Amino acid sequence: MSLLQVENLRVELGGAPVLQDVSLRVASGQIVGVIGESGSGKSMTALAVMQLLPPGARCTGQVALKGQDMLALTERQLCRMRGRDVGIVFQEPMTALNPLQTIGQQVAETILIHEIVSRAEAMARAARTLERVELQVPPTRYPHELSGGQRQRVCIAMAIALRPELLIADEPTTALDVTTQKGVLDLLKQLVAEDGMGLLLISHDLGVVADMADQIVIMQRGQVVETGRFCDLRHSYSKALLAASDHVPDRTGAGSEAPLLQLRDVVRDYPTPRKGWLGKPGRFRAVDRVSFEIRRGENLGLVGESGCGKSTLTRAILGLEAVQEGTILLGGQPVYDGQRANRSIRRRMQMVFQDPYSSFNPRHRVGRLVSEPFHLLETAPQGVEKERVIAEALESVGLQAADRHKFIHEFSGGQRQRIALARALIIRPDLIVLDEAVSALDVQVRAQMLDLLADLGDRFGLTYLFISHDLSVVRNVTDRVVVMRAGRIVEEGKTGEVFENPKNIYTKQLLATIPRLPENA
Amino acid sequence: MLRYVLQRLVSLCLSLLVASAVIFLALEIVPGDPAAYMLGLNAQEDTLAALRDELGLNGTALQRYGSWLSGMLHGDFGISYTYRTPVAEMIGDRLWVSLPLALFALGLSCLIAFPAALWAASRRGTLGELGVMGMTQLGIAIPNFWFAMLMVLIFAVNLRWFPAGGFAGWEEGLFAGLKSLTLPAVALALPQASILTRVMRSALLDTLGEDFIRTARAKGLTRGQALRRHALRNAMIPVLTIIGLQFSFLLAGAIIIENVFFLPGLGRLVFQAISARDLIVVESVVMLLVFAVILVNFTVDLAYAWVDPRLRGRR
Repeated sequence: MSLLQVENLRVELGGAPVLQDVSLRVASGQIVGVIGESGSGKSMTALAVMQLLPPGARCTGQVALKGQDMLALTERQLCRMRGRDVGIVFQEPMTALNPLQTIGQQVAETILIHEIVSRAEAMARAARTLERVELQVPPTRYPHELSGGQRQRVCIAMAIALRPELLIADEPTTALDVTTQKGVLDLLKQLVAEDGMGLLLISHDLGVVADMADQIVIMQRGQVVETGRFCDLRHSYSKALLAASDHVPDRTGAGSEAPLLQLRDVVRDYPTPRKGWLGKPGRFRAVDRVSFEIRRGENLGLVGESGCGKSTLTRAILGLEAVQEGTILLGGQPVYDGQRANRSIRRRMQMVFQDPYSSFNPRHRVGRLVSEPFHLLETAPQGVEKERVIAEALESVGLQAADRHKFIHEFSGGQRQRIALARALIIRPDLIVLDEAVSALDVQVRAQMLDLLADLGDRFGLTYLFISHDLSVVRNVTDRVVVMRAGRIVEEGKTGEVFENPKNIYTKQLLATIPRLPENA
Repeated sequence: MLRYVLQRLVSLCLSLLVASAVIFLALEIVPGDPAAYMLGLNAQEDTLAALRDELGLNGTALQRYGSWLSGMLHGDFGISYTYRTPVAEMIGDRLWVSLPLALFALGLSCLIAFPAALWAASRRGTLGELGVMGMTQLGIAIPNFWFAMLMVLIFAVNLRWFPAGGFAGWEEGLFAGLKSLTLPAVALALPQASILTRVMRSALLDTLGEDFIRTARAKGLTRGQALRRHALRNAMIPVLTIIGLQFSFLLAGAIIIENVFFLPGLGRLVFQAISARDLIVVESVVMLLVFAVILVNFTVDLAYAWVDPRLRGRR
């Protein structure tokens, strides 16, 4: 008998079905990966197993954990099972912990809820569990003192404190860096091997799950498309997902020799809080003597872990902040004129941000959002001309001219990123900075977006600075790549060469963490 | 943590200094000569001059500001122009009514609001929640002096449980004192409790939507346990802010209720002093109230740090 047996599960939210006919099994010691795009019902399946569905959800079918029908249990019985027989780790480690309690207290709570032990005993066991997840900080720390990866380890410790037989991990590494991601995945694998737990691993990233899972369940629109081992996947949707995750867009131009953006010995310091009342403020060097250039028409990738100085450097390039040393030139002119961004240069650069949901003012219509960069122009188009330019920008990214009358909430994540691109394109800049611009998108949408970027790049002669932690995407779309670590450039070169034959030890480590699909797929 | 407290203390002292200067300047600008007001329209010029001298109204503004400040630091607030008694004494007597009344009302307000908000938040979308929210609407909408008079009719005139007005004085015993403050405190607490309930309920509901509540539920906590152990403390920041504001308001803003119940409180004192151009009393009471407000804010700041480890500074 399987540890977890889900049969014909159907969940309705407000009358609309979000899961239909979902069946899957997890045996003890087995890793089952659930793959799907956002909205495919992966997380809803996890919540249905825990019976933590949002209020108003109707659940039918069968969810049997250790032979117990979860749908027939009372709330009191469910509370006794949650945390003891089944643990869950959620996607977002930054918000999954109570900010007001120490991590030790939060892990100990799992024990205290289910067992009659003294507080001191629970704290001691919590400390051992935190050691088990290889967390090198004392249990008296608060969540805000920990990094994302460390917090995710605390979440895992909470979930496994009582050695449950089933662990559900819902996108456990999506919010983490590639290097941190590898550490967390290795830990999960190790825990499964040591405790003989069943693991239900949910992810949108086939690469994360493929080489770890014994079984893979592919989901689409609330239904299971296919179940099987990775090398046995046959369904056309599975194949399409696989193809999209490693999509290489077609490009013609590969850049000229003329430099567009030049950085020379750029230094960016931040003051740190003063020590004591009379102490001098310290100084944190976020960007340390960085030099590189982007040639016109080229795609440059900038990669590195979070905290390596990528975002600081981006702000400096856009002329939003002064640099302490060095120069940043666009087309030979400085981007920062001493007090603020140099307007005549600023209008030649635009930016697309990561989060398509929070980077638009929800009260403005798309037409107004897209035409925002007009304030950079000396003479902005007016009236009919303005309408024409807005329509053109929207059409160039594959949307309708009529979409300009809509509000941003009427669009999906992928469409919003297209609108962000239209906003960047509307004043015909030379350089577009893409800060994790495709990271939040599903693989198929991401592939379309990459094609669109390549097409627009060729049509308008655009130069892209591609900032990302997603190395496989960087590999597929950039001509050259710059690797940053702790504010410095550790390696720079042609993308193919760097990926094939990295010189720097850090680059080697970074590249080793890329989740790879098994060869025989 | 020590650093945080010191920072707050420095900011407290600076605020007091600025506030004293503003109060002094404002009263300098106000038209009306207290000496002329006291002596009436037919006063002789030399009598006026003598009185001005006696009241310390001569000398440059800076000199008068300095002597006012240094006096206050020694507990000497000057002599009331109209009553000719030390201001410190007058304020002291009134404070013994206003402070207990404010604390009483605030205590009642919390005692009503906390359970009501927890109850409403844990029963979201039910008739019970609707009922509690309806009651709070009513509590905010009803003018509290009207409610006060209603209570006087019921509990003082008909049932004779409480006195209809006046203050027995603490020398009559704690019970008698509290008894005469009960009806005013309830009248003051009603709108405050309603506001606090609404703020706390929405803070709790916001917190209940957070990811860490889901994590807590996944550990096996019941809905109620998650609410009490995880949501409550996280919802305290806005609640503390409102409690601080309410306390400051209750201390000085109870004037209407003080009038309804004939209570010798600070609110009435200010009102009377302003009508009589007794500027030294006005100055002193306003300064005292500013001090109280700043002290309350200081306490609230400390309470924030106690609730939220993120404010205590990184280790």
